[in-house]
Amino acid sequence: MEFTVIVKRECETCQMVVPVLEILRQRHGLTLYCQDDPSFPEALGGARDDTALEQSWRLGVEAVPTLIRLEKGAEHARIHGWDRAAWRQITGIADLGAELPAFRPGCGSRSVEPGMPERLALRYGGLHFASRVIEVSEDEDPIEVAYDRGWSDGLPITPPTALRVARMLAGTSRRADEVIGLIPPNLAECTVEKAAINAVMAGCRPEYFPVVLAAIEAALKPEFSMHGLLATLGFAGPVLVVNGPITTRIGMNSAGNALGQGNRANSTIGRALQLLIRNVGGGIPQEIDRAVLGNPGKVGFCFPEDESDPDWTPLNVARGAAPGSNTVTLFHGDGMQGVIAWMSAGPQSLTKSLAMALAAVTHPKLCHWGGAILVLSPDHYAVYRKAGLGRRADIEGMLWEALKRPGRELVRGAHGVDEGIDPALAEQMVDKFHPGNLLVVRAGGLGGGMSGIIGGWAAMRNRSEVQIVSKEIGS
Amino acid sequence: MNNQPYTMLDPTAERSPIVRARLAPPESLDGATIGVFSISKERSDEFLDRVAARLGERGHKVLRFRKPTYTKPSPEPILQDIVAHCDVVVEGLAD
Repeated sequence: MEFTVIVKRECETCQMVVPVLEILRQRHGLTLYCQDDPSFPEALGGARDDTALEQSWRLGVEAVPTLIRLEKGAEHARIHGWDRAAWRQITGIADLGAELPAFRPGCGSRSVEPGMPERLALRYGGLHFASRVIEVSEDEDPIEVAYDRGWSDGLPITPPTALRVARMLAGTSRRADEVIGLIPPNLAECTVEKAAINAVMAGCRPEYFPVVLAAIEAALKPEFSMHGLLATLGFAGPVLVVNGPITTRIGMNSAGNALGQGNRANSTIGRALQLLIRNVGGGIPQEIDRAVLGNPGKVGFCFPEDESDPDWTPLNVARGAAPGSNTVTLFHGDGMQGVIAWMSAGPQSLTKSLAMALAAVTHPKLCHWGGAILVLSPDHYAVYRKAGLGRRADIEGMLWEALKRPGRELVRGAHGVDEGIDPALAEQMVDKFHPGNLLVVRAGGLGGGMSGIIGGWAAMRNRSEVQIVSKEIGS
Repeated sequence: MNNQPYTMLDPTAERSPIVRARLAPPESLDGATIGVFSISKERSDEFLDRVAARLGERGHKVLRFRKPTYTKPSPEPILQDIVAHCDVVVEGLAD
């Protein structure tokens, strides 16, 4: 029977057990490692130096002091912290630590400090990547190397070092070599590892990574038609709406400037998906991406819904997800058009204002083409609430009615405009959108009677081919 | 600027691009079967019908093909059909 103990000087419990360690060394063999100062403990003439944490990592130490009993080199028992009864049992020394308290918790091992397990796994050979390694010489700037290799969307990327990728992978329980699917347009196989590399480059933190993975899986649903969305002449790119408690946990912004800059999660999660489509899928502007103009959101467009009002049905729940679940919804978005309606005191007037602006999506005289997300601000929401019409169904129902228009106003040629709907619809009242293609999402800050309209991809007119999709966010 | 040498992991699919030479166009269309391939974009039929009719007037054998939707890549069997039965193909892309 022999023993290995791992300690660190800055741990008071480790200092307390020094007399016990002396006895242990006298009675049995003791191999002692110290994580922060090999001169500790002085009473024992110091310890073996484990400031590089190799032994701590190899032994899987989570706290100090850790006592491990070995028999013929194999581990038979382990305990961390000071627990007099347990130490006596493991060591077989009946009166061990009589002068010490019965119990004293230990301290965290340096080997499990944030980011350290990945660093140690890389250093000591516990982590291997399938991806090709790109060497950056001393004379090169890695960000410039990334530009030169075509990895960037035009903005600087965070260089995907092995350590950063390892830390990103720690954000998911999924294996690095798991295949997520085939990324359009080249239908290239995408592993969790490739997703992690691109998430690093986008600037994501590891805790965002499950959202990124869910977004990728949503984008790969056939009904989303990611290939067509990438290749389109139109403006659209994927717009991600995130619902559920994860939005608060990872610090997303659903309040003021929710659709703007300044929040890391909002800004980087959508970018990770777009970088993946570029780098793994091969979707390059002016190549397969045929967009006439595109829109700034194609760098990455992601925001959470404001779920702070318990009376409001969140978007994901309205689309069938369980209350409280974490979900990402993908929409084919053209960009943002604001609508200002300061003067609407009541819901009827406000609904008409919003409907007039929504009617302009794609073209004021076209119907059933692109869908829309109406990003309803708190002030506009309050107008509905004050009138007792603040439920999602109330607002959506009023908008739907207000978006019915006489076909004769919209047919080709009407008002001297060639663009328009089929003349056969002249005598009908015509809906603006296909059912399900108008999403109402609450977000934004107080103080302004204004909301946002994210117009949708014109190909949404093909309902059977192009649909809004949602995916539950896993771990 | 990072002055330490280090490495990055490749974010791409790591596919070596295989540049395939295009087939040389036939010297003559005499006796050629010409495929007319629609991607199912609205109003493309107006154009492709006219192309097919004009080719027919010139005595060419014309076969029509159509993929189900322009929003997705063509199913493989349609492409194989074109390869199997046509010498050249006219594809109606975009608007």
